[in-house]
Amino acid sequence: MKYSIFSLARAALSGHKNWQRTWRDATPKDRYDVVIIGGGGHGLATAWFLASEYGIKNVAVLEKGWIGSGNAGRNTTIIRSNYGLPGNTGFYELSMKLWERMEQDLNYNTMVSQRGVINLYHSDAQRDAYARRGNTMRINGIDAELLDLAAVRKMIPFLNFDNARFPVQGGLLQRRGGTARHDAVVWGYAHAASALGVDIIQNCEVTGFVRDANGKVTGVETSRGKIGGGKVGMAVAGSSSRVAAMAGLRLPIESHVLQAFVSEAIKPLIPGVMTFGAGHFYVSQSDKGGLVFGGDIDGYNSYAQRGNMPVMEDVCEGGMALMPMIGRVRLLRQWGGIMDMSMDGSPIIDKTPVDGLYINAGWCYGGFKATPGSGFVFAHLLARDTPHEEAVRFRLDRFRRGAMIDEKGQGAQPNLH
Amino acid sequence: MRIVCPFCGERELGEFTYLGDAKPMRPVAGASEDEVFDYVYLRDNVAGETSEYWYHGGGCRAWLKVTRNTLTHEISSVEAAAGAGAAKVGA
Repeated sequence: MKYSIFSLARAALSGHKNWQRTWRDATPKDRYDVVIIGGGGHGLATAWFLASEYGIKNVAVLEKGWIGSGNAGRNTTIIRSNYGLPGNTGFYELSMKLWERMEQDLNYNTMVSQRGVINLYHSDAQRDAYARRGNTMRINGIDAELLDLAAVRKMIPFLNFDNARFPVQGGLLQRRGGTARHDAVVWGYAHAASALGVDIIQNCEVTGFVRDANGKVTGVETSRGKIGGGKVGMAVAGSSSRVAAMAGLRLPIESHVLQAFVSEAIKPLIPGVMTFGAGHFYVSQSDKGGLVFGGDIDGYNSYAQRGNMPVMEDVCEGGMALMPMIGRVRLLRQWGGIMDMSMDGSPIIDKTPVDGLYINAGWCYGGFKATPGSGFVFAHLLARDTPHEEAVRFRLDRFRRGAMIDEKGQGAQPNLH
Repeated sequence: MRIVCPFCGERELGEFTYLGDAKPMRPVAGASEDEVFDYVYLRDNVAGETSEYWYHGGGCRAWLKVTRNTLTHEISSVEAAAGAGAAKVGA
């Protein structure tokens, strides 16, 4: 169905009893032109771009659980394009431009809110680093403003500016950054893709690959039977190594747990997204009033979807350093999601050495903001068999070639990215 | 998650630093490019029981080899692994 002010009025006048399902809960067919493993944001976006941009509509999206059960429902909903290295800069801006037209494209309210993202700086050296990042963004046509102390005081007057160790000196602001409603993003892509004929198949776990005599992948074995695919794309960040292992591949990825937190609801306080530059703490306020915040990954390999106390303590200390008055706000919920931490902190979108199998992986803890861009370039790769121009640097073989995209300069130690 | 250090007893996680999978062995000098690439970049990334190196920096400063299940965080054994960190990075 098409959503509009009229559909809303009609449904309201009939007591909201006649809403139809947002998408079809499909049963698997024997064969599809493209099978996508993973019904998260990236998999669903890929399916929608395949159907809408590349004319490939005989597509299945296979989801082990239900739509929204994985990392799509476990992030902190931040969107931004403030990256500094070639490869990332252009790609995340492509993604940001797709966020800006997403609701019209999908006919779905994904609550994209460009409320601004500000990275606070606390020293002269950090100011210089942020100025350089801002310049990199502006050279690439992305908005960035370096704010001095007076401008930040005006914008966010309640910060602990005079913190003795880490005084706030200013910030780098991207006004076009902000937040989006994470569940609505997957529901919106499912809605629009399903309307174009894409089959979204839930509770369908991939248990192996079907290969022909030459080793080419020709389908997948699943908990709901064998499903043939002309091409198979995997978009299962967090579990990429496990799925790739079924095809005999080892990846430059470790799985780590990232925690996120929500406080009880308070009155409107935080105007956009803020990050504390002297530690690792980022926060925004949801429309319901809860403070949504997070920090570092826990730092050890994990598939457990839950974290431990030291990082929880560290994150809360970051929040307290910035805003001591939140000390009396109670923590409402806390959860963990599993991240594909790649060896350089950047994603991988490429064909694999196994014919017929394509990979979209390694999103570290930046996958949410990439959702539309990732779907677009992965659909391009699946449809055309050549990388999209904004994804040519995200090749799987870049580690062997020494062409890393390492924003933090940490080297091949995934838990430090 | 708490780790029972063989020297200090049961301690909270914040005292320990993670190095990673204990399985990859640093290649000998003159090893092929493939072997070095494999060692530096590729990981089994096991879902289940695996052994890994932790450093007890907030306690006795010993390197430890911990056997832990990545699906449950359950630790089944901890043993001393003197010099593990240096051997791993070739220091």
